[in-house]
Amino acid sequence: MAIATQDTAVRTGRITRTFIYVVLIFFALFYLLPFFIMVINSVKPLSEITSGNMLALPQDPTFAPWASAWSTAQIGVEATGLKPYFLNSILMVVPAVAISTALGALNGYILTKWRFRGDTILFGLMLFSCFIPFQIVLIPMARILGELGLSGSLPGLILVHVVYGIGFSTLYFRNYYAAFPTELVKSAMIDGAGFFRIFWRIMLPVSGPIAVVCIIWQFTNIWNDFLFGVSFAGLSAQPMTVALNNLVQSSTGVKEYNVHFAGAILAALPTLFVYIVAGRYFVRGLMAGSVKG
Amino acid sequence: MSFLDIDNVTKSYGNVEVLHRVDIDVQEGEFLVLVGPSGCGKSTLLNMIAGLENITGGNISINGRVVNDVHPSKRNIAMVFQSYALYPNMTVGQNMTFGMEMHGIPKPERDRKLADVAKLLQIENLLDRKPGQLSGGQRQRVAMGRALVRDPDVFLFDEPLSNLDAKLRVDMRTEIKKLHQKLGTTIVYVTHDQIEALTLSTRIAVMNKGYVQQLGTAKEVYDDPANMFVASFMGSPSMNLIPAKIVEDNGALAAEITDASGRPVRLRLSRDGAGVRAHLERRVILGIRPEAITDAEGADRRASNLQVLGNDVAVTEPAGSDTFVTMTLSGKDCIARMRADAEARAGAHFDFTVNMDKAVLFDPETEERIDR
Repeated sequence: MAIATQDTAVRTGRITRTFIYVVLIFFALFYLLPFFIMVINSVKPLSEITSGNMLALPQDPTFAPWASAWSTAQIGVEATGLKPYFLNSILMVVPAVAISTALGALNGYILTKWRFRGDTILFGLMLFSCFIPFQIVLIPMARILGELGLSGSLPGLILVHVVYGIGFSTLYFRNYYAAFPTELVKSAMIDGAGFFRIFWRIMLPVSGPIAVVCIIWQFTNIWNDFLFGVSFAGLSAQPMTVALNNLVQSSTGVKEYNVHFAGAILAALPTLFVYIVAGRYFVRGLMAGSVKG
Repeated sequence: MSFLDIDNVTKSYGNVEVLHRVDIDVQEGEFLVLVGPSGCGKSTLLNMIAGLENITGGNISINGRVVNDVHPSKRNIAMVFQSYALYPNMTVGQNMTFGMEMHGIPKPERDRKLADVAKLLQIENLLDRKPGQLSGGQRQRVAMGRALVRDPDVFLFDEPLSNLDAKLRVDMRTEIKKLHQKLGTTIVYVTHDQIEALTLSTRIAVMNKGYVQQLGTAKEVYDDPANMFVASFMGSPSMNLIPAKIVEDNGALAAEITDASGRPVRLRLSRDGAGVRAHLERRVILGIRPEAITDAEGADRRASNLQVLGNDVAVTEPAGSDTFVTMTLSGKDCIARMRADAEARAGAHFDFTVNMDKAVLFDPETEERIDR
């Protein structure tokens, strides 16, 4: 009797599980399909695309569109390919992510372990920056960049992203550190460690998971940003997203769809790379930060 | 001049005073336990000694130096926290030497001290492990080791045993006591567990609502409580507090109470000083420890004033080594602690023997002692 009951329970479990897997696989395919189309069309000669079936596999695979998108395609007025803009994006993203993450960690540390009068209000105000639409800050930001003499430059763009990123990075680190026992900080104080020493030796070594979350988040956001790039970057400082737009929107000559596909994939590769390398920490870190605090 | 001098210390948060004029002198080598219920201010006081909380009024001095405005790391104290507060990213060895490293003590000396303390606490085999790989008892040892290597003037313990299971707690309690006897260090120890306070301390400060209710040795606090709070907080089961009336009985003073059936019973008092006499014919609270009420055979033979009290037994609870017998006196449940073989039966009449030498009297209004 007992055995029969157990058997039924197992079978129900199996049916539910099958159902869950079917749904999951369906959605995975749903999301992977566009990427699949981009990949197969980026390695087709243009004639194969224009002559008909977008879904067909390439008859005559070629990497010429990739090479073209990277180094010879017409971007705006010059035929430089995406290469210089890719470099611009890297030069913008790396410092912007590093600085906003570092400041977020420091803010989180202060807001949880060095509490002061009005700290929750201050934190609340910082959270506004997470929810204010980008468009609202465009004009004030342009004015400030002008005052600072950073208009149109790469450092200016970095500053914009840092300022915009601090809200999120502070939120992440504050919630993560809120669950971190304050007794450890007190103990370190008695041991004779100062403000930065406690941060460096006690807090940072255990901040791995949330740092990864913050880096992925910031990297993805800043890399994919178009509005700030198109508004604040001069011709020489334009990031990848703006260049990709220029490539696809260029009104002269034939639309080279295969090159466009290749360029779009190139633009998405770095975020994909970061996610694949650090993704498993992402989920873990999100959990760690959200359970308590 | 005492070693640790807590001199009229007060603490306020805004307009709310949470500690009121605390005045405690601790001699070198003393084991002072601050005990009280949650929110009584004992941890706040400890944090003030450590320098983790500001002092609103008064002075705290350690080893002759006023430390009110001295940074925690420069007070020459070490603290053991309730959660142990071990740095999760460092090994046990690094945890224990971190303080010395911060104080710029050279590596050879750090290693020598680490080896000494590790040997003392028998944790030599754990030095390369991370705190996450240790059991609760081992973490507790490491936390103590981290305090010991500092060689401080004063050790501060903040409920260090409350995260351990019951058996381990008793073992570690003995271990802390041994360690204190061996090293002769000055310790201030915070706990809410009155058994810990009684067993470990050389002196106890019983605290409630921000006041020190009584400061004294375990025996003083237990046998001679200053007020009803101390009487009921210390001891388990706690002291029986029975409403009574002081009457004159054949020229001596007695406490009149009623038994289970409402008949008056008179218990002659051992102490009849002016304070008691002043309460003649007035209501008082008679306090008797459970172990002062026994059967005739279990009574203390050296007591000078044993009174027999016949009453109905309500409940008996055998607890292995003792039997707890509950009866009703003056309408209140009253517990007697008897030897395991005592012959009290629930529902039957029993002759209780009350050791009135141990009885104490309180004023029901002020809750203070009247027979001291």
